[in-house]
Amino acid sequence: MLLPVFGVLFDGIAYGMLLFVLSVGLSVTLGLMNFVNLAHCAFAMLGGYVAITLVNDFHWPFLGTLPAAFAAAAIVSVVFERALYRRLYRASDLDQVLLTIGLAFISVAVAAYVFGTTQQPVETPALLRGTIDILGLGLGKYRLFLIGIALAVTLLLVAGLEYTRFGAQVRASVDNQRMARGLGIDVDRTFASTFALGSGLAGLGGALAIEIVGLDPNFAFTYLVYVLIIVSVGGLGSIAGSFAAAILIGVSDVAGKYYAPELGAFLIYLVMVAVLMWRPAGLFGRR
Amino acid sequence: MTANTVAISPQGYLQAQSRWHPLEFAFWLATLLPFVLFPDYLSLASQIAITALFALSLDIILGYAGIVSLGHAAFFGIGAYSAGLLSKYGWGEPLSGLIIAATVAGLVGFAVSFIISRFRHFTLIMITLGLGLLAFEAANRAHWLTGGSDGLQGISMWPVLGLFRFDLYGYTAYTYSLATLFLVFLGVRRLINSPFGLALRGIRENWVRMPAIGADSRAHIRKAFTIAAAIAGLAGAVLAQTTENVSLESISFQRSADVLVMLVLGGAGRLYGGLIGAIIFMVARDQFSGIAPQYWYFWIGVLLVTVVMVLPNGILGGLSHFYARRKRK
Amino acid sequence: MSAPALSTRGLSKAFGSLPVARDIAINLPVGARYALIGPNGAGKTTLINLMTGMLTPNAGQILLGEEDITALGPQERVRRGLARTFQINTLFAGLNALEAVTLAVTERRGRAGRFWRGVGSDSETIDEAYDILRKLKLGDSCYQVTRELPYGRQRLLEIALALATKPKVLLLDEPAAGVPPEESGEVFEAVAGLSDDLTLLFIEHDMHVVFRFASHIIVLVGGSIFTEGTPAEIAADAGVREVYLGKRKHG
Repeated sequence: MLLPVFGVLFDGIAYGMLLFVLSVGLSVTLGLMNFVNLAHCAFAMLGGYVAITLVNDFHWPFLGTLPAAFAAAAIVSVVFERALYRRLYRASDLDQVLLTIGLAFISVAVAAYVFGTTQQPVETPALLRGTIDILGLGLGKYRLFLIGIALAVTLLLVAGLEYTRFGAQVRASVDNQRMARGLGIDVDRTFASTFALGSGLAGLGGALAIEIVGLDPNFAFTYLVYVLIIVSVGGLGSIAGSFAAAILIGVSDVAGKYYAPELGAFLIYLVMVAVLMWRPAGLFGRR
Repeated sequence: MTANTVAISPQGYLQAQSRWHPLEFAFWLATLLPFVLFPDYLSLASQIAITALFALSLDIILGYAGIVSLGHAAFFGIGAYSAGLLSKYGWGEPLSGLIIAATVAGLVGFAVSFIISRFRHFTLIMITLGLGLLAFEAANRAHWLTGGSDGLQGISMWPVLGLFRFDLYGYTAYTYSLATLFLVFLGVRRLINSPFGLALRGIRENWVRMPAIGADSRAHIRKAFTIAAAIAGLAGAVLAQTTENVSLESISFQRSADVLVMLVLGGAGRLYGGLIGAIIFMVARDQFSGIAPQYWYFWIGVLLVTVVMVLPNGILGGLSHFYARRKRK
Repeated sequence: MSAPALSTRGLSKAFGSLPVARDIAINLPVGARYALIGPNGAGKTTLINLMTGMLTPNAGQILLGEEDITALGPQERVRRGLARTFQINTLFAGLNALEAVTLAVTERRGRAGRFWRGVGSDSETIDEAYDILRKLKLGDSCYQVTRELPYGRQRLLEIALALATKPKVLLLDEPAAGVPPEESGEVFEAVAGLSDDLTLLFIEHDMHVVFRFASHIIVLVGGSIFTEGTPAEIAADAGVREVYLGKRKHG
């Protein structure tokens, strides 16, 4: 029989995997262009609401909404990138922060207006409900599914980065933007594509999150802090970093709630500040 | 503006930069209007003065040194809780309470400045956010000290200068807040027009050039940050004393974010930007206090997007740009 | 024999596996007018960044006079008399020329920490700043904000800022880079007018300028010193011509 601590570990890892899917896009785009996009979780929220609408109003199967959530978030991000973000690539940090926070505020209000302020439930397929018994521990099927999806995403991303030409362009641009431009790589276009991909993943994460943490209009901000912490601790532009940091934060958060609720978020903030002071570019970041 | 500014000596030019503009006199006289025109709103006016002071403190590091801080409310809260605790445990004298609270906030700011001055860009933003959130959590957890989410109770202030009680109508409160704001403003104005102020602007304008002219940017930043922390603490202390209450809101992220919005709205780096921004923001919030928070923030969001895309230097920036173009014609 | 104004020994730097400076040894005697030339990417600006402390070397020493400054930070080196200008204008865009140079002089005099007296009260500093500007023909446009100055004036301001630190050694990185021909004369007049006790090392691509101003030329290729000598020797050197063969002259 396995101890309850493994149950906590499992939940923590599942939560961490969810956070990873939510964060990886921001990590790469920050590492690529140093563009601070605080509206990142608003795209996640969009994905979540798209999934909910498709399931509740159009009776789509839940699994089918996942690619839709990805696509919706990616497409909307392209629109924003063209209309607004593009002009601010070389703007100051403050301007980027303000613009994207403003967009996040707007998205929260729109979501509240359209969907109301209460949490929205979504019906997951019977396949994913319940638990599987492993060594005396009931592992939630949905959480297993979540871990599976996240691992698949990770593999695709890593393979894509390593083996495709687009991936090589991204790596070159993250490594040394000036030189990449000099080699003829259209860094702006690479960024736009990466940004769409990252936002799409956020949208996917948002849809996946509904079952685990629920979806309400404040999602855009509640999880933004976690995502920012993961990105800064893991290192800008690093998939491995985001992965490691997400698991660390996920497990710490769940374990913290279970074993030491008085500590709360204090420990996580402390860890973040400490890591940043030791390694300003994050654990796996460069520069 | 053409280069032909007649035969003004370099020293004369630099001295003229710090001369008081008639509009400034008009502004400060206008701050006396609430006594006459809006006597029912003196508590609000007092809140505005306090927030304006807080915004002024943020302007020193953001508008002049270029440090984006998402956690400045930590110092506001430290000042507020310090002043509150001082009164709660027996010392209700307002003026000395202010000095002590500002000093506490300044000391914490000094310690933190050693961290802040070593980082830039995203890392710095995240560190300020993290430290601000830590301060909030610490205040939240320490019920025994701060009262936690119930707030700090038992504050009772002695009359200012032994004569003026903090009355229910807010006359004393507004006079007190306004006087503090004005006096500190005079000091900050001096600072901005000093060699140190010029150095801060240099840091903001071109970080790389500063060491190349022999400047120790980090030392300058530490000094500016400490001063900004002390002033923020002072503002918090005034709030604690005039409302005889301190809540977690004073150290919350919301307060940090709101003051940033106000400063950007008014125009950072222009001394009056924070003041103007605070007035507009607080009056608007009071007028629209009925609507749900997310809709209020909808308009803030629209405002932020507009300012960034259209009015990058806030209202004052837009006005001076407009004025300069008219002058050319 | 007095120590050279600036010298380096065995200076090396690599970015990962990419070496950008290999075992560089330079000696600048006091009052020298040395030119540093080489094809693009040879590492000339990198060398200046190493000398001024913006980059940390992997090996080697840098001496200013008799003092080893290798461990000192950039502002410390400036305080000891080593200044540089940047190839791409690195100016205070929102300040006017007077404010910028006044700031530089204020920093040098250690008065930049003062926050209780106005900038306008320190007449010594302001006079010195204005003097520097006047000597570089920037006096009448000194109230204009830097970003509105014509490019040639901005390059002069680059030099003014460096001179405000009262350097003993001045490293000029392509002082006339990008300046239209009508204005580049002003820049070179300014360089020519610099004091004789000031030691100069300048990076330049225009050979006419190099031969006009330099008494000694160092040729840098691929991060190491290819050769050095008097202008006549370098002009006659077949190896140098080969290194430049086929390379377009860049401004």
